Amino acid sequence: MIPSKGEFFNGLAAKHGLELQKKFEAASVAVCGAGGLGSNIAIALARAGVGRLKIIDFDKIEITNFNRQQYFVDQIGLFKAEALKENLAKIAPYCEVTAEVAKITEENVKELLKGFPIVCEAFDKAESKAMLVNAVLENMPETYLVSGSGMASLNSANLIKTRKITDKFYLCGDMESDVDAGNGLFGSRVLVCAAHQAHTILRIIAGEFDI
Amino acid sequence: MTKINGKTEAVAGLSIAEIVEKFGYNPARVAVELNGNIVPKAKYAETVAGENDVIEIVSFVGGG
Repeated sequence: MIPSKGEFFNGLAAKHGLELQKKFEAASVAVCGAGGLGSNIAIALARAGVGRLKIIDFDKIEITNFNRQQYFVDQIGLFKAEALKENLAKIAPYCEVTAEVAKITEENVKELLKGFPIVCEAFDKAESKAMLVNAVLENMPETYLVSGSGMASLNSANLIKTRKITDKFYLCGDMESDVDAGNGLFGSRVLVCAAHQAHTILRIIAGEFDI
Repeated sequence: MTKINGKTEAVAGLSIAEIVEKFGYNPARVAVELNGNIVPKAKYAETVAGENDVIEIVSFVGGG
């Protein structure tokens, strides 16, 4: 038996406080990318009781994802956005999740992110990250943007930080560990960055804008 | 003097495009803020750094 919406809300409010829980429930966040960062960020936000999530990803689940991405073995070959929506339904049944199987481009970014005042960049390729960040900052000045850069390697987890770059643009990561420089990608360190991003988003929802 | 990522640099008079190149950044991987505002990609060539400007160049790396 799945608990009722009210029971779920009360359970979360017991941990977070009623006022904050109302804010989380009223929030809408778009997560761009459903890989190591995005799948973990989406789960953290859904567990916190964020009311509405949009997951945008064009990719399918493959065997090399399992060190860090929140999928099950029987989901190999499925689209990540759709599989993540299924998994989120089992974790947070009253979170309204939209799965969009799409590649975000400069042309469609505004349309895809419309109605989401908080956007999370959770791509893997540096060029895609830069494209999304530039597109959001240039075209959607009212939007809060939380991005991740630099979480590869087995370097110390303590090097991963959240920085506030402009008024509405936050950047999490160590800013320099590049997979393209031959660094491995370790689930534990990717999760640290994902947690920074998810936590920054919760703080924005709560009205806490400092880092 | 102009500041780039917190460091004083002699770049006044150079365009954002020239600064990105001078410091060895890949233009396809950066976002540039000038005094807290994003510089649109299409304006890198025409936006020129002044003496008291504060520039932040965010250079993204791969992994996620």
